[in-house]
Amino acid sequence: MPLLEINLGPLLPHYASEIVMGILLMIVIFVVMQRLVVPRFEQMYDERRAAIEGGMEKAEAAQREAEAALEQYRAQLADARSEAARIREDAKNQGAQILAEMREEAQAESERIRAQAHAAIEAERGQVVAQLRAEVGGLATTLAGRIVGESLDDDERARRTVERFIADLESSPAESERV
Amino acid sequence: MGGLTVPGVPMRFPVPMETGHGEEGGWHTPSLEDFEFVGGFGGPDWVNKPFIQAVLAAVIVIVLWLLASRRLKVVPGKLQFLNEYFYNFIRNGVALEVLGQHDFRRYVPYLVGLFSFIWVNNLMGLFPLLMFPTFSNIGYAWGLVFLTYVIYNVAGVARHGMKYFKNSLLPAGVPWPLWFVIIPIEFLSNFVIRPLTLGLRLFGNLLAGHLVVLVFVTGGAYLLFQADGAVNKVAGGASLIFSFAIFALELLVSSLQAYIFTVLTAQYVASSLAEDH
Repeated sequence: MPLLEINLGPLLPHYASEIVMGILLMIVIFVVMQRLVVPRFEQMYDERRAAIEGGMEKAEAAQREAEAALEQYRAQLADARSEAARIREDAKNQGAQILAEMREEAQAESERIRAQAHAAIEAERGQVVAQLRAEVGGLATTLAGRIVGESLDDDERARRTVERFIADLESSPAESERV
Repeated sequence: MGGLTVPGVPMRFPVPMETGHGEEGGWHTPSLEDFEFVGGFGGPDWVNKPFIQAVLAAVIVIVLWLLASRRLKVVPGKLQFLNEYFYNFIRNGVALEVLGQHDFRRYVPYLVGLFSFIWVNNLMGLFPLLMFPTFSNIGYAWGLVFLTYVIYNVAGVARHGMKYFKNSLLPAGVPWPLWFVIIPIEFLSNFVIRPLTLGLRLFGNLLAGHLVVLVFVTGGAYLLFQADGAVNKVAGGASLIFSFAIFALELLVSSLQAYIFTVLTAQYVASSLAEDH
C-alpha cells in the first residue's frame, strides 16, 4: 500500500484516455505507414535501383560493343598492314624480275649488236683482205717484174709465191702472240 | 479550429491573477497545474486540449505522409527530394543503421511513424495557437513506450523463442557465481528501466522545456506590463527577448527527443534480435 500513498504527481497520467489515445493513434499511424506510405517509397526505391542497374548494364553493353568494334578495327588495320606489306613485297619482286628481264634483254640485244658488228667487221675485213691480197700480189709482182726486167704477170708460180708469203706474214704474228 | 485556443491561452496569459493573495495584479507562477486540462470541447473531461492535439498530430502525420508518398517518381522533383530526405532520415539513418540490411525493412513503418508523430506533437509546443507539447502529459508518452516495449520483446521472442529471455538476462561468458547478481541487474535494465527511462526522458524534457518557456514569457510579460519600476521593466523586456533563445533551444530539444525515442526503439529491437548480448 505505501506505493499508492506516494504522490507521483505528473508521472501519473491525468486520464487513462491519454495512454489509450497514445497507443491507438500510433497504431493508426503505423497501419497507414505500413500499408501505404512505406510500400510506395520502397517500390519507388526498387524501381530506382532497377533503373540504375539497367542503365549500368546498358553502359556495360555499349562498352563491350565499343571494345568489339575496336578489336575489329584493329584486326582490319593489321590485315591492311600485312596486305600493304605483301603488295610492297610483290612490287619489289616484280620490279626485280622486270629489272632482270630488262637486263637480260639488254644483254641479249647488246650481244646481238656486237655479233652483228663483229660479223660486219669480219665481212669487211675479209673483203679488204681479199682486195689487199689481190692488189698487194699485183703490186709486188709488178714491182718484182720491174726489178727483174720482165713481166711476171701471168706466171702462176709467182702468184703462188706471193700468196705463200702473205700467208706466212699472217701466221707469224699469231705465233709470236701465242708465245 | 478557433476553439483550440480557448482552453490554452486564457489559462496561461491572464496576467492579473492569483498569488497576489486575492488582490488584483498578482502573478501566477507557472506550475504543474498548467499541464492539466479539463474538457473544454463540450465532451467528457478527457476530451481536452492535449487529446485534440494528439488527434490533430496523427491526422497531420498521416495526411502529410500520404501526400508525400503520392506519385513518387524514380527521378525525384524538388518536393519529392525533400520528402525522401525525411523518409531516409529514419529509414537509412536509424533503421538501416541500427538494425542492419537484413531486418530493417520490417521496422521502417513503425520507426518513421513514431518519429513523425512525436516530432509533430513536440513542435506543437512551439506552434502559435497551440503552444503545448502533447507529450508533457505523460500518458501519451506511456502509450508509445508501451508499444515500443511490446515490439522489442515480441521481436526477441519471435526470433529466439524462450532463448530470448536467457539472452536478455544472462550475458554470454558470465561465471555462474555472478548469475545471482547479473540476472536481477539485467532484468531491471532490460525490462524495467528501459521503458521507464524511455517514457520519462521524453516527458521530462518537454515538461521542463515548456515550464521554462512559461516562466520566461509570462514572467517577462508580467514584469514588463504589470509591475512598476524601471528595473522590473528592463528585466521583463530582457526576459522576453531571452525567451527567443529558449524557444530555439526548445526547438532543438523537441526534435532531438523525437529522434532519441526513435533511435532507442530501434536500438532495443536490435538488441532483442541480436544472438547474444
